[in-house]
Amino acid sequence: MMKHLLGIVLLATSCIAAAAAERRGTGDLGIVVERAVGAVQIIDTTQRRVLSRVTGLGDLSHASAVFSRDGRHAFVFGRDGGLSKIDLLTGSLVKRIVQAGNSIGGAISDDGRLVAVSNYKPGGVRFFDSESLEPVADIPAAYGVDNELSKVVGLVDAPGRRFLFTLYDAGEIWMAHYPSGGVPKITKFAHVGELPYDALITGDGRHYVAGLFGEDGLAHIDLWADKPVVRRILDHYGRGEEKLPVYKMPHLEGWARAGDRMFLPAVGRHELLVIDATTFAEIGRVAVHGQPIFAIARPDGRQVWVNFAHPLNDTIQVIDTQNLEIIHEFTPGKAALHMEFTPRGENVWISVRDADRVDIYDTQTFERLETLPMDKPSGIFFTARANRIGL
Amino acid sequence: MRAWKSMLSAVVASASIGVALAGVLPDPVRQAELTHLVLHDCGSCHGMTLKGGLGGPLLPANLDHYSSEDVATFILDGIPGKPMPPWRGQLSTQDALWIAEQLKKGFAQ
Ligand code: HEC
Repeated sequence: MMKHLLGIVLLATSCIAAAAAERRGTGDLGIVVERAVGAVQIIDTTQRRVLSRVTGLGDLSHASAVFSRDGRHAFVFGRDGGLSKIDLLTGSLVKRIVQAGNSIGGAISDDGRLVAVSNYKPGGVRFFDSESLEPVADIPAAYGVDNELSKVVGLVDAPGRRFLFTLYDAGEIWMAHYPSGGVPKITKFAHVGELPYDALITGDGRHYVAGLFGEDGLAHIDLWADKPVVRRILDHYGRGEEKLPVYKMPHLEGWARAGDRMFLPAVGRHELLVIDATTFAEIGRVAVHGQPIFAIARPDGRQVWVNFAHPLNDTIQVIDTQNLEIIHEFTPGKAALHMEFTPRGENVWISVRDADRVDIYDTQTFERLETLPMDKPSGIFFTARANRIGL
Repeated sequence: MRAWKSMLSAVVASASIGVALAGVLPDPVRQAELTHLVLHDCGSCHGMTLKGGLGGPLLPANLDHYSSEDVATFILDGIPGKPMPPWRGQLSTQDALWIAEQLKKGFAQ
């Protein structure tokens, strides 16, 4: 009798679980943003297919995403200030809030409890509980004598429940330390340079680097220093040379680290800068096809894949990080805007916006393995990001 | 901020003379290309719905105080010292004027 009852209970619970979510891991899942229709496609990188689609996410131009530390939920940051929490297993929207008028990106704390969003309007950073999306803190980016609000860019997480972000209009970098159960404490770095437009943190959480639009060089902070300060790196780069017009701001987020070298897009030039990963001194340049937008290292660091700004955005080049040679060049199609590697780098997914396609390539043979139709795809984000600092 | 706005009006005043008012409209194929360019490529800085991003909003209310020629001049020559790039070379004067007029009317989405 007892046994019989147990059997029924087990049967009933497993049916419920199966209905709610297929019993599977999320380590090979991810999302692709369909920017024009306000949707994301949930994809499987093992099967190389779409699992489901979540709609109603608002204006997703320039959208980005971070993942919960268990890799089950994606937090999608929309241009219109929307913050959406998506369940990858059930393929559903858990909650969506509109937290500001105009926003640019977000981050999640190392303990997974805080989601931070950087806003253009009203300029500042807002924090939310990752479980409920209830607001927990707000840091307006007020600067100068008039307390004007600056647009905020380059928001990243750092170890120890810290976040760093950059004030575009003010030319400042702020670090917010948000202890569990406390209130955020802010450290400000002023006069970092003119018009910092984006920033990144290295994968070890040690170096924060902001790109400057208005000046040559980049602003750098070593977070491991006893007393971190801002210093200028690569300040000689580009001096006296005529810059080309910049049709799309390069992204620093994908900054490629390959062994002891780093590769980054030079603003307004058809070049990648190669720098020493410990001294941040320039050690070389690679002439490339156009103005680079993303330079992303394959996870093993052996190759760097580069895409380009309008009007040369139909092409991708692959650079061998050891001899700095371009070992492969191909044209996936117009507006090949985003690339994401599978966790170990055997494949890369590329969104070809104007062709309404996502293509999947083998990174050894460069063969195209699969093509998935999507509506104006842009950002691609895989759950492996959940386990990486700054992503 | 104030400094660049006044610099801007100086630029506009001197440069708008350079924009010849050409009566020729881009043909429908070109218009479709330009619409795409505005929403996606201008949109990467101004927002795909043109409500603003790193660059300010480009809605009719924001451009009211400029003539179409002024707006076309911004597009062709860019804004020195700001990330707004010059599009001359990729866009003809007619293209820029057509975009300017559409922006001032409210760009057909
Ligand atoms: C790389 C980024 C970028 C791109 C791409 C870009 N803009 Fe801009 N644009 C800006 C910035 C930055 C400003 C200055 C806004 C400010 O600082 O207030 C600006 C200003 C302008 C202005 C002046 C608006 C005003 O209120 O004074 C117009 C008009 C304009 N852009 C139109 C366009 C059009 C049309 C395109 C596409 C053909 C375009 N922009 C592409 C960044 C960009």
